[in-house]
Amino acid sequence: MSIAKTQELLGFDEALERYDPVMGLEVHVELGTNTKMFCSCPTEFGAAPNTQVCPTCLGLPGSLPVVNGAAVEGAIRIGLALHCEIAQWCRFARKNYFYPDMPKNFQTSQYDEPISYNGYLDVEVDGRSFRIGIERAHMEEDTGKSTHVGGATGRIHGADYSLVDYNRAGIPLIEIVTKPIEVPGHLAPAVARAYVTELRELIRALGVSEARMERGQMRCDVNLSLRPKGETKFGTRSETKNVNSLRSVERATRYEIQRHAAVLASGGRIVQETRHFHENEGTTTSGRVKEEAEDYRYFPEPDLVPVAPSREWVEQLRGTLPQSPTVHRRRLAAEWGISEFDMQTVVNAGALEQIVATIDAGAPSDQARKWWTGELARVANERGVDVGELPITPAQVARVVGLIQGGELTDKLARQVVEGVLAGEGDPDAVVAARGLKVVSDDSALLAAIDAAIAANAAVAEKIRAGNHAAVGVIIGAVMKSTRGQADAARVRELVLGRLS
Amino acid sequence: MPSITREEVAHLAKLSRLELSDAELDHFAGQLDAIVSAVARVGELPTEHVPPTSHPQPLTNVFRADIVRPAGTPVLDRAEVLAQAPAAEDERFRVPRILGED
Repeated sequence: MSIAKTQELLGFDEALERYDPVMGLEVHVELGTNTKMFCSCPTEFGAAPNTQVCPTCLGLPGSLPVVNGAAVEGAIRIGLALHCEIAQWCRFARKNYFYPDMPKNFQTSQYDEPISYNGYLDVEVDGRSFRIGIERAHMEEDTGKSTHVGGATGRIHGADYSLVDYNRAGIPLIEIVTKPIEVPGHLAPAVARAYVTELRELIRALGVSEARMERGQMRCDVNLSLRPKGETKFGTRSETKNVNSLRSVERATRYEIQRHAAVLASGGRIVQETRHFHENEGTTTSGRVKEEAEDYRYFPEPDLVPVAPSREWVEQLRGTLPQSPTVHRRRLAAEWGISEFDMQTVVNAGALEQIVATIDAGAPSDQARKWWTGELARVANERGVDVGELPITPAQVARVVGLIQGGELTDKLARQVVEGVLAGEGDPDAVVAARGLKVVSDDSALLAAIDAAIAANAAVAEKIRAGNHAAVGVIIGAVMKSTRGQADAARVRELVLGRLS
Repeated sequence: MPSITREEVAHLAKLSRLELSDAELDHFAGQLDAIVSAVARVGELPTEHVPPTSHPQPLTNVFRADIVRPAGTPVLDRAEVLAQAPAAEDERFRVPRILGED
């Protein structure tokens, strides 16, 4: 469905002259356990619909849940990595709601007794460090996946009916909730993105989840409110659900700041509601109004006994924590010979993992960095996706780099090869062959082109003969043009100067 | 003592996605009130020295190993499962358009 009317927005800078934003981020992470949270069903991604279900996760009468010990371990390790306190004793709770994504008619979650609470995560933006407070990180289960049929966009709006696949229902989920985040307004969207990026790195370093946002293994809800400058009371917030890429986190935050500001500036009132983020337009639209939906009648789950992690267990798990991402990155920055600031650019571009893998595949670090934070970041931005979602692998990038270093491709040709790989034309070598992109390295072929260029630019050639080497660019340009860019410019220069000396 | 109003029953019915007639609302309000009042009598017992409990067994940390469908685990036949639902399509459960989300 198209958005009924264009939302009034205030300019970003103007909004921040009048209001300060307060954010709260809720991130859901699916744990990469073999089995579900409360039953032994497999958790494979992409399995045929409703093949990974059993009486427990379908909520059939008489079935009983049993907690997955590995999921509790993962939850505690996440809590510890976020500098949280780990509960001595906590329970699961039923969150009651009637919605077809949960066949039990409740979600088993935690309510006022989260397993982890009161921690923090440090993030860096523009060379400044911000400590993001963690309110809680609790255990729950994922819901089924609904496909809405009949609507134009596959979203809820305008759907005639829905089809539900319960393979995902019951997969262990950790919900990580921040404390209110108050940072300088103009940095708020970047801080939101940096937090989710940092959290994703941390989750991956722990090995508890692949945290692939494009697969829904990590999802973010952005809570945002504004208050007039100088006001201490929080304003009414909106909750933008399922913001599913790093880039979208930043855009959704920015959009909501501008939308709230326009409503408030015109004397309006913000309604507390959930909102849907539209990836293509970069906008949000109203979901459901909160007061009605938020009556979950939580109560302690009677089918499960409490979780009481012993302090010995907690300390043992603390011993399994990996090097903190900060320390890890400092080591990499030293290895690559770059500043911490440059490293932060890499991290905030979400490209760290790709660069490391490209280096592992044989590319020098500066080349790997150049491609992922340059050309590929540009394409990702154009396409509105994260670099990790581009259809090119680190091994393919390393191969392109190898071809450049072997003198078989120029930078310019390499960009065409990458373009071909991204367009689904196959591996770099296949693209080179199919598009005929080899560097013209045969000197006799080059000399023929050079002689033609000299003949066509006789006056310029005279100047070069007279010692004006700056003019050589004109001849090189002509040669590059006649070879369709497939000549190595440095070699052409050498040959031209040899001809005209 | 508890008094379940008609409005509360209407609210619960809405949360539960149940459509109740006016006569049913009156009927259930009275019934629920009687039930809740009966259960509330537990509050008359002297419980100052009884710790609150949410589970009858004094157990904690009952965990399962992270192993996919150990021997003896019931595996459901998808066709049979889908056949139990009011409607199915494309190997998935077909459900009505979600209320109040249009």
